[in-house]
This record gives sequence, C-alpha cells and structure tokens, in this order.
Amino acid sequence: MIALDINGKRQNVDVPGETPLLWTLRDELGLTGSKFGCGMALCGACTVHVDGQAVRSCITPISSVANRKIVTIEAVGAEPVGKALQAAWVDVGVPQCGYCQAGQIMSAAALLKRTPKPTDKQIDEAMGGNICRCGTYTRIRAAIKQAAAKQGGAR
Amino acid sequence: MSAPVVDRVLRSVSDDSVVLANVSRRRFLKGMSLGGLVLAVGLQSTARAQEPKKYGADGMPNGWTDNPLAFVSIAEDGTVTIVCHRSEMGQGVRTGMPMIVADELEADWKRVRVAQAPGDEKKFGNQDTDGSRSTRHFFEPMRRCGAAARAMLEAAAADQWKVPVSEVAAKNHEVVHRATGRRLGYGALAKAAATKPVPERAALRLKDPKDFRYIGKGQLKLVDAADIANGKAKYGIDTRLDGMLYAVVARPPVLGGKVASVDDAEALKVPGVMKVVQIEPSPPPAHFNPLGGVAVLARNTWAAMQGRQALKITWDDGPNASYDSTAYKAGLEESARKPAKVVRNDGNFDTASSGAAKRLTAEYYVPHLAHATMEPPAAAARITNGKCEVWGCFQSPQAARDLVAKRLGMSADDVTVHVTLLGGGFGRKSKPDFGIEAAVLSKAVDGKPVKVTWTRDDDLHNSYYHTVSVEHLEAGVDAKGTPVAWLHRTVAPTIISTFNVEAKNEAPLELGMGVINVPFAIPNIRIENPEAIAHTRIGWFRSVSNIPHAFAVQSFVAELAAAAGRDPKDFLLEVIGPARVVSPEMLGDTWNHGESPERYPVDTGRLRRVVETAAREAGWGKKLPKGQGLGIAGHYSFVSYIAAVVQVAVDAKGALTIPRVDVAVDCGPTVNPDRVRAQMEGAAVMGVGVATLGEISFKGGRVEQNNFDSYQVTRIAEAPREIRVHIVPSSDYTKPMGGVGEPGVPPIPPALCNAIFAATGKRIRRLPIRDQLTV
Repeated sequence: MIALDINGKRQNVDVPGETPLLWTLRDELGLTGSKFGCGMALCGACTVHVDGQAVRSCITPISSVANRKIVTIEAVGAEPVGKALQAAWVDVGVPQCGYCQAGQIMSAAALLKRTPKPTDKQIDEAMGGNICRCGTYTRIRAAIKQAAAKQGGAR
Repeated sequence: MSAPVVDRVLRSVSDDSVVLANVSRRRFLKGMSLGGLVLAVGLQSTARAQEPKKYGADGMPNGWTDNPLAFVSIAEDGTVTIVCHRSEMGQGVRTGMPMIVADELEADWKRVRVAQAPGDEKKFGNQDTDGSRSTRHFFEPMRRCGAAARAMLEAAAADQWKVPVSEVAAKNHEVVHRATGRRLGYGALAKAAATKPVPERAALRLKDPKDFRYIGKGQLKLVDAADIANGKAKYGIDTRLDGMLYAVVARPPVLGGKVASVDDAEALKVPGVMKVVQIEPSPPPAHFNPLGGVAVLARNTWAAMQGRQALKITWDDGPNASYDSTAYKAGLEESARKPAKVVRNDGNFDTASSGAAKRLTAEYYVPHLAHATMEPPAAAARITNGKCEVWGCFQSPQAARDLVAKRLGMSADDVTVHVTLLGGGFGRKSKPDFGIEAAVLSKAVDGKPVKVTWTRDDDLHNSYYHTVSVEHLEAGVDAKGTPVAWLHRTVAPTIISTFNVEAKNEAPLELGMGVINVPFAIPNIRIENPEAIAHTRIGWFRSVSNIPHAFAVQSFVAELAAAAGRDPKDFLLEVIGPARVVSPEMLGDTWNHGESPERYPVDTGRLRRVVETAAREAGWGKKLPKGQGLGIAGHYSFVSYIAAVVQVAVDAKGALTIPRVDVAVDCGPTVNPDRVRAQMEGAAVMGVGVATLGEISFKGGRVEQNNFDSYQVTRIAEAPREIRVHIVPSSDYTKPMGGVGEPGVPPIPPALCNAIFAATGKRIRRLPIRDQLTV
C-alpha cells in the first residue's frame, strides 16, 4: 500500500512502487485527465504537478512521490493560475483535438507560477516538452500571455 | 477493381440488411432526452432522396439524411439536444454541425447540448469522417434538419393559438405570434411539436443567410473546450468499464508476419497480469483488420506493458522482411527514370520538349510518414447476451461496427459502436483495426470488458503509413524560360494495395490529388505512373497524395522560375495562366474528390486569387535581412484553393526558424471561420513537420523509429512564430463549399523549401530537410 496525496485527497493504492504515477492515476484511481502519449517523457501529455513542479507522470514511479503534493488537471483550476489558464484556453480557442491540452496547461501553470511574465523564449523553454500534433502552438502562446496578463503579469 | 468499386470498398459499405433499429433508437432517446419529453417520437421514413446522382454526399455509402427526428430532441425544460454524427478529431465538427442545425432551428446556443451519434449510417447518413467532407456534404442536410424542426415547433404553436402558421415565427428559442406578441418557448412546445409531421423537403423555408445567427460568424466557443481544459473530456483511451481488463498487444513487426512460437511463462508472473491471448492474424489484404499477435491482459495498462515485455516471441516474418527503405528508394528512382503508364497526355511532350530552348529535370522524394496522433489508437469492448458494445476513437464508426460484427460472426444489429472524442485522427483512425482487437479480446475472456491501448511504439511500428514516393519532373522551356512541355512521373505504392495486394498503380483518388489535375497553361503535358509494390500497410494521412505531388510540382515551378531568372510568384501565376474554369475531366481527373465536375470545376481564377492574396498579405517582395527569404506555393485540393507564403530565417550554421506564415484560403462559404483559421494554423505546423522532420523508414521489414525521439514532430520553438490566415470572403451560401481539414497541408512543404532557396540558394528535393542545411 502506498499513500498518495492527490488533489488534496489522500489515496492508498495497492500496486508495485515502480508503477508510474500516470497509470496509477488513470487506471487505478480513474483520473483520466492526465494523458498517455509516449511513456518516455518525450511528449508532455501526462504532465502533473508534484510539489508545484511540472513532472512527467509517465516516468514517475509512485514510490518517489508518496506523501508529496500531487495536483492533476482535474484540480489545477482550483488555483488562480490554473483557472486563468483554463479560461484563456477556452477564450482563445486553443484546443483542436484537445488530447495534449491537459499537459500543456499543467506545464503552462508551472511556468506562470515561477515566471508570471514569461518572454517568448521562456515560453519556448517551458513548453518545449509538450507536443501538440494538431499544431495549436501559436494559440497556446497567445493563451499563456492572456492568462499572464489577467494575472497581472502582462507583457 | 474499378475506381468506384474500390472507393466503396475503402469507404466500407455497410450491410444493406441493417434497418433502423428500435433498440438503438430507444438507446438514442434515452441517452439524450434529459428526462423530459422529446421531439423525436415514432419512426418516420427518412425519405432519402433516390435521384441517380452519385456525387458529393450522394456518392458516399448510406449518403445523408436530413430527418430532424434523427438529429434533434427538445426536453420540456427547453434544452435542445442536437446529434453530431461525424467524429470530432480537432476539426471542430461537434461545434460546426450542431451550429448549422441550431441556426436554422432558431435555437439559443446557450441551451443547446451536443450528443454524439453511435455508428449507425442507416439512421444518420455517412459517418466516414475523412476526405475533408463533413461540412460540404452536410451543410445543406443539417440546414434542412433545423428548418424542419423549426417548422414543427411553429405548427405546434399555431395550433395552440388557433391561428394560421403563416402568422407565427420562431425566434431565439421561442415561437412568437406576430399580431398579438404571444410567445411560447421551445420546451413548452416540444410535446405538441413531436406529434407534427415532418414537413416535406420542398415545403421547407430556409433562412435568408443574412439572418444567420451563428453560421459564418465564428463567435461561438467550442462545445468541448471547457471539458478539454479541465480534463473531463473523454477520449477512446479514457474508456472505463466495470471489471475491465487492460490489454496491450505484441504485433508482428513485419507486415504479413506471424507468431512462430511464444513463451508466456515470465509474462504471467508479472504482478497484475491475468491472461495471455493470441490474436489470429488476418489473411491478406490488410484492409482494416487486426495484424494478429499476442495480447497481455492485466489489471492496469502498466502491468500489461510489463507483461508484454516479458513475452518471448519468435516471429515468422514472411516475405516483407526484405523491405528496406534505402533500397526501395533506389528502386523508385529507377522506375521514375523510365517511360511508364501514361495517365494524362495533352499535346506531345516529346516533340515539344526536343524543340524547346532548354530542358530541366528534377526529382523529389517524400518518405513514409506516420500520423502519430497524440492519443494512440485505443478501444474498449464488451459482449453481453450476444451483443457487443465497442467504445473508441473511430473516424469510421460504421466500418468498426461492420467489421467487428464480421469478425465475431454477429449481425451488425447486435454491435453498437460508441464514438468518443478522438485525440487526433489524420486518417489513422479511419482504420478501426484496434476496435476489432478489443472485441476479439473481449470474446476471448467470455465477454468481459477489455480495453486495448496502443503504445507509441505500437503506433509507429504498425501504422497505415503515408506512402513513399519519387516524383520525377521534366520540362522544356522556351527562350524566356516559360514551360512549353511538362512531364511528371509519379511513383508510389498505392493505398489500394491495402485492399488488393495486386494493386501497383496509383488510383484515380491518388492521381487526382494534384498530379494529373494540375490546371497549368502548358500545351504539352504528359503524366506517367510507374508501378510500385507495397510492403507495408499504406493508408490515408492528412491530405494524402497531395503532399508529395504538391511538393514536387510547386518546387519544380519555383526551380523553373529560378532558371528563368523570374519572380517565383509572377512565374507561378503565369504557369497557372489566365482565370478560367476547367472541367476536371479535361484534366483526366475522373475522381474530383468525389464531387460533381459541373458543380466543382477547377477554377484557376480562384487559384490565382489565393496566390495573389497570400503574396500581398505577406508583403511579397519586401526587403528581408540576410539569411531570410520568402517562398510561395499554391495548391488545389479537397475542392479548396490554398496558397501559402512562408518566411524563413536560416542562420550561419544552417539552423532554421520560421518567423511567419501567411495562408490564403478559398474554401467557399464558411460555417465556422475561426475553425477554418485553426485548421490552417494546424496544417501549417504539420506541413512544417512533414518538411523538416518526419520520416518513417524500414530495415529488415521493420520500422526503425520507436517514439518521439526518433520520429520527431514539430515542437513550439520550431513552429512558425506567427501564422496569419486570410479567408477569401464568400457570403453566397448557394456556392459550393470546399474542404478545410486537409488542404492546408500540401502548400506548406514546397513554400518552405522555396523560402529556403530564396534565403540560401539551396534547393531541397528530399524530405525531410533535417540536417540538409547544416554547414
């Protein structure tokens, strides 16, 4: 049994400690908002926050995050930055298929928490690990800037 | 097989014995009535048009229906539920289709809910969401559907007030009696409206487009945007069923391969692994059938993946084990340099070429590509009481239904296919092999629910790949450098080979993608198509054969311009020639994207205009810093006209960045201009990826790429920094609509390579560019 702190809720899971957080969230706990895209931290679709940092849950064994604060896309909207980003995503019409967008928003939220007024270069660096096959990158950039502006970090 | 036969096979003709089933109807109503009364009560004939036309939606399996009873239901609380019968993969169809119905229905969008149709073409009309067809095929039926529902509500209100129906009008979710100002909301009218006959098609009163509330405005947010942003949106891979087992499958790495032996002892020891099941391979042709292999079923996906890794399988590869991309390319080149089957012949190329002032030749190469949808293929199935239910990210749910039924030996009536959101499609998910796998595995565990998830490796190793091609072009030019003779030899394994192993030539549906139907003002044109044998599954990839054809044609025109010392944009316009309307048949194109040659001729005036628009908006001719350049390309595909100007910057080391892309699109009148823009933006990024990074190669019959490290796709920093989309305005909704999802891709690679030439003088003829610019 491993105890996980997910979205402010304590969850006990009965799977081997090397099981990646992604599959624990999705298959064991039914939190399917975090997506599988590559299994090797190459695409960012599985991004969650662990103690506020963007982490690729597909390569994160649950044993390494026991009792650390895990936030997923399902709860990031409870934070002001997450809420602003989700609103901007809708307003700018970012999603196409939408599959990667949970991971994009989680990476963007970690960025804005750390860097409220990101430059284009900082956006490139923070979002470089998140692939969008539909090619929504120009709108992702616009939505991050819009959310940053709403948060008082306009540039 | 003749082209129409093949086309029908490809489109998966559904079983004519399937009838509008009460069972599915009840499920349909139950699923969307929200507990209130529904407009849809009783079965009415869809009265589908029986005219002999075979173009557009009429030419598709199961055609179309405009029956409001299939698409609209209204609850007593006034909630209007509109069914979307096409699959959402990012093109915005779940917003666009219901928007058309809602507009004609005078529904308040805030009170509209969208429900997704299961695979049932008898009820909903064709559901193959491919070919950039949804809006152009269903705009008119969906308008009539909304107008008919509106007429039924108006009739119900007139009855209640005992006034002639001509005195009432529906407006913004209520019906108003003009003389007295009395009003009744849609919820209050739903029950009575449901008893009204569906109006005759000829009696329908469609709105004047100037009164459209939503169509053409681009103001509505995507219906799924909020769910996507908060993680609630459900894709095929997110399916969860009580007691479900999670499966991954080890598939033969070589097409046609089989399991020679398997030792599953170690796999069964992996914690969480519950069962190992062999899936029988399907005999050729590949069609949409599973490849076979060994499945590991477990309590979660991770355990299944670990179990698969522990399998010891020996494969019997079969004859395709010799497939080697390097050798194959050499073979294609050899074929491309010899005379071959002539598929179009205007004038006399040989005479004109030998009499020309100068002759130029170039060859272009585009490798295999994989769609690499962010959501890999995934589906779940369960079988209860002799009925199978499947959930998945299907572009062609009716094909999934028919093929699951066939594989399980069931009637299609007993198979229900639920369509989830698709995490990308791009043509991959038109092939429901993964859904059949789920059904086969469910059957193997006594009908228990099983979800099959493809890993990224699986997706790249066992896809239906974009073809691989060599395009050989020759031109004879006059003293001014203007082409008087044009030869294009295109050689590529055909998609038809996936359905008929004997097929070796490109089909009309491939040749009609920008190779025979080039509308150039050149008097002597010969197009040839040598044979090519496929060694893997060839399938549709967003914009399909237009990619290599447009890359070659638009690059070669720019090469001729350079040889003539002319401006590439002016030269392209001269090659297109004066504005004129050309019959596709005159160009040897019997396919014409399935559309009527009368309604959809090739209009070079429209092609010229997008070229001119893109050039003007991009500031063609503007002075750029050293190392920067502009390139242009214009291409007609999916009955839309699109031109792109790409601006590149190449630094001293050869690193490429793309500050800006301007896209001009003429797709006729639009339903949702914001999604037209979004599709052009996405197509520009995908086009950049095709040009710069994308390559699937084979060695020993096996794909060499495993994941996004070796199969690279465009990331944010490599994407164009700015993409400006210029839609040629069209407010005349009687004009034919064009496709949008795919045609944005083909002009991008040649425009990009033409820009690189302008910036550096280096001509790219082999994709992907990858390190070809590195100095």
